[in-house]
Amino acid sequence: MFEQVLIANRGEIARRVIRTCKRLGIKTVAVYSEADQHALHVQEADSAYYIGGAKVSESYLNMEAIIKVAKQTNADAIHPGYGLLSENAAFAERCRSEGIAFIGPSAQVIQQMGNKIEARKTMEQAGIPIVPGVSAPLHDADEGVHKAQTLGYPIMLKASSGGGGIGMQLVRNDEELHRAFEGNQKRAQSFFQDGTLYMEKVIEHARHIEIQVLFDSFGHGVHLFERDCSLQRRHQKIVEEAPAVCLEETVRQQMGQMAVKAAKAIGYENAGTIECLVDQNQQFYFLEMNTRLQVEHPVTEEITGIDLVEEQLKIAALEPLSFSQEDIHQIGHAIEVRIYAEDPVTFYPSPGTITRLSTPDAPYIRHESSVTSGSVITPFYDPMIAKMIVYGDTRKLAIERLKAALQAYEIEGIKTNVPLLKEMAESTAFLHGRITTDYLMKKKEEKRS
Amino acid sequence: MKTVTIQMAGNLWKLLVKKGDDVQKGQEVAILESMKMEIPIVAEEAGVISKVYKAEGDFVDEGEVLLELTE
Repeated sequence: MFEQVLIANRGEIARRVIRTCKRLGIKTVAVYSEADQHALHVQEADSAYYIGGAKVSESYLNMEAIIKVAKQTNADAIHPGYGLLSENAAFAERCRSEGIAFIGPSAQVIQQMGNKIEARKTMEQAGIPIVPGVSAPLHDADEGVHKAQTLGYPIMLKASSGGGGIGMQLVRNDEELHRAFEGNQKRAQSFFQDGTLYMEKVIEHARHIEIQVLFDSFGHGVHLFERDCSLQRRHQKIVEEAPAVCLEETVRQQMGQMAVKAAKAIGYENAGTIECLVDQNQQFYFLEMNTRLQVEHPVTEEITGIDLVEEQLKIAALEPLSFSQEDIHQIGHAIEVRIYAEDPVTFYPSPGTITRLSTPDAPYIRHESSVTSGSVITPFYDPMIAKMIVYGDTRKLAIERLKAALQAYEIEGIKTNVPLLKEMAESTAFLHGRITTDYLMKKKEEKRS
Repeated sequence: MKTVTIQMAGNLWKLLVKKGDDVQKGQEVAILESMKMEIPIVAEEAGVISKVYKAEGDFVDEGEVLLELTE
């Protein structure tokens, strides 16, 4: 096993990785930007190094600065967390060429799955069902309109290098597509340095269900069942749970097998997630693969009892998986809510200072957080500041506990989405498992009209 | 003096107007980028832009003046 691991990330995920490293007796190296000098991950790591200005381009995306710290501290490995450099093939390659283990799959696989058009083609060839769409770059809006008419509206216009819901837009007709095309191209260019767009048919009233996989470096792999992440706003998840509600047992098994087959087909290594859409007839379609640890990984950990970060570290240290598919079971039910520093109605971010924070405590509540009373939320990073994971033997019990936990969650000084989370936890749609990915958007539209 | 002020700390991503432009009430005059999201800045009143205080790429803070308008 590694002696020292550098965590090339910030916030709750950096703390999460530090925690498992500590338990395993691995020394941790944190890196931080000017805005994060007083951050908790900096205080908790065995050592911490300043790597640049507040903007991510100057610090957390600054490969040279991060590699320099890794070499200076003799770190054996780098854990990239999620976001930032976690799906950057050039960074993975750079780590390996410097003799530092990158905790994730190969640069080639990151590249292949990071380009969403390539990923579609690859999965289609592997015999995995994909969302009906266009598996080639769209040159202009006219070509888009032509293709959209064949596929049928509504259409999701997407950035090939996209992620995190950025560069995605739903269009309902030719006019909307024309209007959206150029803007999306520019946005994709600005965010991902790649303006390539493609399109997929919108699967109406779909659920977002994803499968967690783990593959060691000897080609042995397992799936850790599914997570239902259908409750979203701005194409970003806000509530995730495992197991999924209303998924037929045969479909659950098929999806698990499909995920293992897909990961095997690309020679996957380490933890990864196959994201799918499931339609009203329980047909599933590959959406994309995330070649990293997911934000919502804790719900899987809670119901399987497997520490995914520990497995990631072991795999990267070339240890074989210590369990097989038959050893993994879903026990109980876990729900995660993401706490965002944002207006619960407009979803606009709300930077500022947290003047008071009081969170509920119980053996069945798990907090993954980057903040305390007095923390300053700067405008430089993602608005997600904390996650709360609640466990119960049954889904009903988990929901009851979630409702009580949210009532006791007190945060002052900034706006957060806690009121929206409370409303969702109390809703009959959630209770009855009727949430689809378009739920909040539809609700907003209903309110407007 | 009528002004358009910044509602939230962030990076001024796009300035959609220039000095001398006629703006309407409710018109988007700039796009701010904060916490990985684009937030439109809207003119609360109509007028002609007499002065632009910020440039694209500037880091701006809540309450700062972006534009000055005359009748």
